[in-house]
Amino acid sequence: MSTDVPTTDATEAADPYAASSRETTEGTVYTVTGGDWDELVDESTGDERIVINMGPQHPSTHGVLRLVLEISGETVTDVRLVIGYLHTGIEKNCEYRTWTQGVTFVTRADYLAPLFTETAYCMSTERLLGIEVPTRAQVIRVLLMEINRIGSHLVALATGGMELGALTGMTNGFREREEVLHLLEFLTGLRMNHAFIRPGGVVQDLPEGAEKRILEFCDVMDSRLPGFHQLLTGNAIWQQRLVGIGYLPLDGCLSLGVTGPILRSAGLAWDLRKIDPYLGYDQYDFEVPTDNAADSFARYKLRVEEMHQSLRIVRQCVEALEPGPVMVQDAKIAWPAKLSIGADGMGNSLEHVRQIMGQSMESLIHHFKLVTEGFKVPPGQAYVPIESPRGELGAHLVSDGGTRPLRVHLREPSFVNLQAAPAMCEGGMVSDVIAALASLDPVMGGCDR
Amino acid sequence: MPDDEKQPGVPPTGTGGASGPTGASAGASEHSERGAVAFSPVEQHRPHAPTVTGRSREGMFGISGSGDTSGFGGLRLPAYAPAPAERPYGGWFDEVVDETAAALEEGGLVAFDEAVPQVTVDRGEMTWYVAREHLPALATTLRDDPALRFEFCSGVSGVDYGEGIPQQLHSVTQLLSMTYRRRLRLEVCLDVDDAHCPSLVSIYPTADWHERETWDMFGIVYDGHPSLTRILMPDDWNGHPQLKSYPLGGIPVEYKGAEIPPPDQRRAYT
Repeated sequence: MSTDVPTTDATEAADPYAASSRETTEGTVYTVTGGDWDELVDESTGDERIVINMGPQHPSTHGVLRLVLEISGETVTDVRLVIGYLHTGIEKNCEYRTWTQGVTFVTRADYLAPLFTETAYCMSTERLLGIEVPTRAQVIRVLLMEINRIGSHLVALATGGMELGALTGMTNGFREREEVLHLLEFLTGLRMNHAFIRPGGVVQDLPEGAEKRILEFCDVMDSRLPGFHQLLTGNAIWQQRLVGIGYLPLDGCLSLGVTGPILRSAGLAWDLRKIDPYLGYDQYDFEVPTDNAADSFARYKLRVEEMHQSLRIVRQCVEALEPGPVMVQDAKIAWPAKLSIGADGMGNSLEHVRQIMGQSMESLIHHFKLVTEGFKVPPGQAYVPIESPRGELGAHLVSDGGTRPLRVHLREPSFVNLQAAPAMCEGGMVSDVIAALASLDPVMGGCDR
Repeated sequence: MPDDEKQPGVPPTGTGGASGPTGASAGASEHSERGAVAFSPVEQHRPHAPTVTGRSREGMFGISGSGDTSGFGGLRLPAYAPAPAERPYGGWFDEVVDETAAALEEGGLVAFDEAVPQVTVDRGEMTWYVAREHLPALATTLRDDPALRFEFCSGVSGVDYGEGIPQQLHSVTQLLSMTYRRRLRLEVCLDVDDAHCPSLVSIYPTADWHERETWDMFGIVYDGHPSLTRILMPDDWNGHPQLKSYPLGGIPVEYKGAEIPPPDQRRAYT
C-alpha cells in the first residue's frame, strides 16, 4: 500500500488514534493503526492498578478460597484472602450433641485429615474426663493418623502439582492416595469421615488380617514414593516454579502463628510428636525433617520426606500392636453396643442385641441411657494440641458438667497458616501466588469449619 | 463497626434470608432461662467476684414439667466456678507467676494480683483470668521477658457461658513458649453489654484472624484491631452465631410417621 498523507492534520493532532482516510476510486479507505506502544506501557505502569478476583470457584485456589489480588503489571502488590465459603457451623453444632456424637461432626472439618481432628477432640475430652486410653487404642490411633498423614500429604502434592500444571503429579498422587483410602476403608469402615476414634479409645478393634494389609500397603508405598523424586524433585520446571517462591522466614512464621511443614521449612524442628509426645509417640523411632530454604520447594521436599517417616512409624505400630482392649473399661463411658461385621456391612452384633433384648434388663437400660443421654463430663476446660499434617491442631473443649460440650473450638492450622499468604505472595508474580498457596496446603473445610 | 453491636445477644429472627426458622429459639430458651444466678458456696470466701463458668442445675435430667414423682426433681446442683489455685501451683507454674510478677513490677506496669485476679490450675493446664485493661501490658511482658518468652500465640477464641451467668463472655488466648515448652491460657471475662477487649494484634500478629473470628462468632469487640470485620459469616450478617442466645436453626423432619424436631429443640439431658 502506498503511503498516504493524512487528510486533515488538525484532527490527527487532536486524536492520535483517529483513523486516517483516503479517497480512492473504490471509495474511502481507512488506515487503522494502534497507539504508540511506549505510551501504552507508560499508561499501564502508572498509578492505575488492577484488582482481580480469584475464586472462590477456581481450579488453582485449593478449595473454595477467594483471593482478591491487586496487581501492577504482572506483580502482585496486595493480597486479601476471603474465607468462610465452607463455614458449616461444626463448632456450634457440637454444642447440641453428646460428647460422643461430637466426633461425627469434627471429623468433617478437615476432610483430608479427619482422624487428626477426631484424635484431638477425643484427647481433649479424655483430659476433661481424666481417663487414660488403653495402650492398644493408642497404638491404633497413631497407626491410623500416620496412614492418614500420608494420604493428606499425597493430596497436597497432587493438588499442588495440578495447580502448577504438573498433571502427572496429580494423577500419581491421587493414585497413591487411593491406596491410603482403601486401607482406611478396610481398617475403619469408611474412606473419610470415619468417626472411628471415640472418647475413651477407638470404636472397634482392627479387623482380621489388618497387620498383613498394612504391611502390604507399606511395601506398595515404598515402591511408589520414590516416583515423586523421579518425576518432580529434579524436574527443572518444577524447581523453577518452586525454588525461592513463597518465602517465609522463621520470624515471620512465629509472629503469624504458622506451624507444620512451613515452620519446619524455615529451620525450626518444631513437631509436637517430638516436642510434647502424646499417645506414646516417644516410643517410636522417627525423624523430623527440616530445611533452611523457607520456600515452596523446601516444603515440597519435607512433605515427601515426612511420608517416608510416617511409613516408618506405621511399621513400628504394627509391631507394637499387643492384644488388649481398645476402649476404656469404664462402662459409664464406653459405648455399650458391640459392633460386628455382618453380611450386609457393619452393625450391632446379634449377641449384644440378644443380651439387651432377652437376657438383661439392666443392660438394656444402660445401653439406652448411654446412647440417648451420653455421659457427663466434669466441668472445666482443656486445650490439647497435636501435630496434624498442616501443623498444630488444637481442640479447646469446655464442659459445664453436662452431657453436651459447652464449647468446642478447633484451632485449625489451615485457618492460621492462611494468614501468612499475603506475606508470602506480595511483591511476587501472579503465577507464584498459586505456588505459594499450594505450599501452604490449606484445607478449607478445616479453615472455615 | 456493624450496627448490631449494641445488642450482641439478639438472635437474628426475621432478618436476612439465611437465619433458621424463627420459632427455633422457643424450646431452647426454656432450658437456658433456668440457668439463673448460681448459688456458689465458694463465693463468700473470695475477695474478688468469682469466675463462674457453668449454670446451676435442678432436677435429674434437665427436664421439667414431666410430672416427676420420683423425688429426683428436687436435686440442686450449684454452678461451677473454677477454684483459684493455691501455692505451690506445682511444676513450672510458680516460676512463671513469680517471673511475671517481677517483670511487671520492674517495668513499673501493674501489680500481678491486679492484672491477674485469679490463677487456676486444672488438669495440668494453667489459666490466668486477666483484667482486660492490663491484657496488652501482660501479653507484652509474657512475650518479651527472657525468663518467660511466650513468643507464640496459638489462638484466640471465645466462650459464651450462657445467659444468667455474670460476665458470660470469655475471650480465651492460648500462649505457647517454644523456648521453655510451656503453655498458658489467658482468659478475659466480659459482659455482653460491654463486650470490649483490647486487641493483641500489635503484639501477636497472628491474633488478627482469630479476633475477627471471635468478633464474628461472639460479638466481642477487640479495640485496636486494624480491621475488625466478619470473616466466616457474610459481611451483612446479623447477630453472632456462637452466642448461646442465637438459635441453631434446623427444621423438623418426618421419619416413618414421627416428627423429629430440630437438634436444638430435642430433649436435652444436660
